[in-house]
Amino acid sequence: MNAKNPATNPDAPMAAARRPLEGIRVLDLTWALAGPYCTLHLALLGAEVIKIESITSLDAMRRGDYALDGDLERSPTFNSVGLHKLGLRLNLKQSAAVALVKALAGISDVLVQNFRPGVLERLGLGYEELRRSNPTIVFASSSAFGSSGPLRRYPGYASVFSASGGLGHITGYEDGPPVEIRDSIDLRVGATLAYAILTALYHRRNTGTGQTIDLSSMEAIVALSGHTTLAHVLTGETARRRGNRDDAMAPHGVYRCRGEDAWISIAVATDREFRALCGAMGRPGLARDARFADAYRRLRHAEELDEAVEGWTRNHTPHAVMRLLQKSGVAAVPAFNSKELVYDMHLQARGVWRNVDHPRMGQRRVQGLSWRTVGAATQVSMPAPTLGQHNDFILREVLGVPAGEVHRLDAGGVFE
Amino acid sequence: MVSNASKGNAAALAGLTVLEYAGFVAGPSCGKLLADMGAEVTKVEPPTGDQARHLGPFPAGAVGPETSALFLYLNTNKKSVTIDGSCPTGAELLRSLASTADVLIEDKPPGVMEASGLGYEALRKANPGLVYLSITPFGQTGPYSRFKAYDLNVFFSGGEGYTLPGSMSHALFPERGPVRAGGYLAQYDSGLVAGIAIVAALLDRGVSRRGSHLDVSQQEASMAMARETLQRYAGYGEVVDRSRAYFYGGIFPCQDGYVILFPREDRHWQALCEAMGRPGLASESRFADFASRKANRLELNEILRTWTRDLPMERIYHEAAGRGCPAAPYHTAADLATSEQLEARRFFTELDHPVAGRLKYPTAAYGMSATKPVYRSAAPLLGEHNEELFCGRLGLSPRELADLGRSGVL
Repeated sequence: MNAKNPATNPDAPMAAARRPLEGIRVLDLTWALAGPYCTLHLALLGAEVIKIESITSLDAMRRGDYALDGDLERSPTFNSVGLHKLGLRLNLKQSAAVALVKALAGISDVLVQNFRPGVLERLGLGYEELRRSNPTIVFASSSAFGSSGPLRRYPGYASVFSASGGLGHITGYEDGPPVEIRDSIDLRVGATLAYAILTALYHRRNTGTGQTIDLSSMEAIVALSGHTTLAHVLTGETARRRGNRDDAMAPHGVYRCRGEDAWISIAVATDREFRALCGAMGRPGLARDARFADAYRRLRHAEELDEAVEGWTRNHTPHAVMRLLQKSGVAAVPAFNSKELVYDMHLQARGVWRNVDHPRMGQRRVQGLSWRTVGAATQVSMPAPTLGQHNDFILREVLGVPAGEVHRLDAGGVFE
Repeated sequence: MVSNASKGNAAALAGLTVLEYAGFVAGPSCGKLLADMGAEVTKVEPPTGDQARHLGPFPAGAVGPETSALFLYLNTNKKSVTIDGSCPTGAELLRSLASTADVLIEDKPPGVMEASGLGYEALRKANPGLVYLSITPFGQTGPYSRFKAYDLNVFFSGGEGYTLPGSMSHALFPERGPVRAGGYLAQYDSGLVAGIAIVAALLDRGVSRRGSHLDVSQQEASMAMARETLQRYAGYGEVVDRSRAYFYGGIFPCQDGYVILFPREDRHWQALCEAMGRPGLASESRFADFASRKANRLELNEILRTWTRDLPMERIYHEAAGRGCPAAPYHTAADLATSEQLEARRFFTELDHPVAGRLKYPTAAYGMSATKPVYRSAAPLLGEHNEELFCGRLGLSPRELADLGRSGVL
């Protein structure tokens, strides 16, 4: 839709994005969502990411609700976070498999894992062991609470972190219970680890120094609302749930629209925006009402304002409200659901949704990286690997294991 | 964590210079990620100061631009200069600063920087290696690119908002609509994405010897965190909404708050039954496996509810999680500030601030053995480094500095 800048027209030929991690090999021992989302960044930035899997301990994203018809090779979610990775099938219960991982670690730049603290160490694959043959390796671990502290052995899942990390308590209706947040938590943890790994790689490029990174998922969540912890230290205040209300703005909320479960978010900061909102609603008199004459008063009368706004929005669709209000410079954005976002025209114009061909599922719609480089498009073309899809390539080409040896290991169940 | 890197080890981004021409949360949280990793980050604030200075919360009796908790948290380790970039003289000063920076972060509506001669194309002429990061609600291009969006709107633009609050709240208040996450989460999400983008671009620059223009859409950053929910539709045709529920278990009120209990596997359920002092429950046929527990969720949840109701959340947590059942207490900010786990991880550090005093600050979620997240200083005072940068670095005289201040440029 925006023809002005041909470099950002998804149909125009665009320079291929540079791949800053080209030549970097990542040994990917992650599983589930957080770890694989971290390594997805590395893969999409051009690294060779070797993902270790086994049928004997199948990734949760290949199972249950995630697998179409229970088929472990047909999981759209697994595909979505497995793009551009190579698949190596190894049964880590076998010492010969562990030896192969150790050999790979010796020629990798990065190792990423999210097992519970101590698991890799017990296999002889901990940082102290691996750095002996590869002193510059960047060894990144993600766990529930980090590798130290009284909670380090406690089980961790995404909803656990949203609660223990403080985010759940400050989310929800003001007069209601807290909220559990799940998969997005894992993605935040994975993104945080990706940031740390990239800075370690930057440092390594400049100094030749490797290191180990120890991420706590709980702390990642605390950091993403860290101002509330500092606020308590500074003021003694403890942040509470506020629904959709704000400390400074009113109207500020989510209002029902015409349609099935249709909602729009509206936020008004200034007198000018408030006047524009009232005009758009066909109620210019509201702008002259003494109760709403400035931001301070609007805050005090937030409930009345919410009623007035919803009295209007419920007669219009979210898109109509957005168009009308945005035209007058008022912040209004629908509470988009997933289906709307897949078909949204702005996102189409931005080229956010990409298509990859999956050998078992056909064409799949996925998201690529979470930002754009102006004038360059990130390549998103490879699906997640099937189990062991690249065993041949990795064993023969990368590790140089002779064919006879591969046969022997196979017969011994090392590649299960 | 604040870790003990050995002597002589620099922070990961030491030597990098960053100009942060952004306010509120998104841009500054990106700048914080870089500053806490050792980059020299200079905030370019309007003469009235970053909006976050005025939002608080504030300590009682000390309301002011130097005691806002939001600002103090987000702006550790940074310098501050003031410039009104909307006037030509201010834009000129900003251009001078940008000519030697490695990174510029800006959050102005698309087109505004270009109009002031501060666009990427203009700045890279003097500084071809500049990594220029733009962060806006909907990105630099596309039909919504000029739309206005505050944090509430950004959060709902990404798809996660539609799925909150979840079944417990929804069952209590079925007529209510979706609710946002607390605490400016969408802003932090886009700051995190921006941080990743910048370091990736710096790695690229090391090879290509050229900078780049990074376009961060806050909507897309929010969508990144909603990736699994969005794939639920794209891949499975299912729209997840705010009635989403656990199969059984979930959130339970207790004596002093709430806990979450999630005994998904058989071994989790066994652990929980032991914690409740009812080990026999684990083998009862109505709860013996996942399918039965799912089928009998109402009874199961009633048992959990009865157990948790009069117990303190930390006790429930340690009894359950200590035996291996996924569980968590709903920590408040007060709980976090005194958390034994966080103390053991050295998650906090103390910093002195001339007005706010000596405070305990959360640091980073990662320990790094060779480089360390750095905590040199608390947030800067407004314009604290005007003299250092304009006189010391750009060579202005004190008289010129005073003139610029008087005419509102600084």
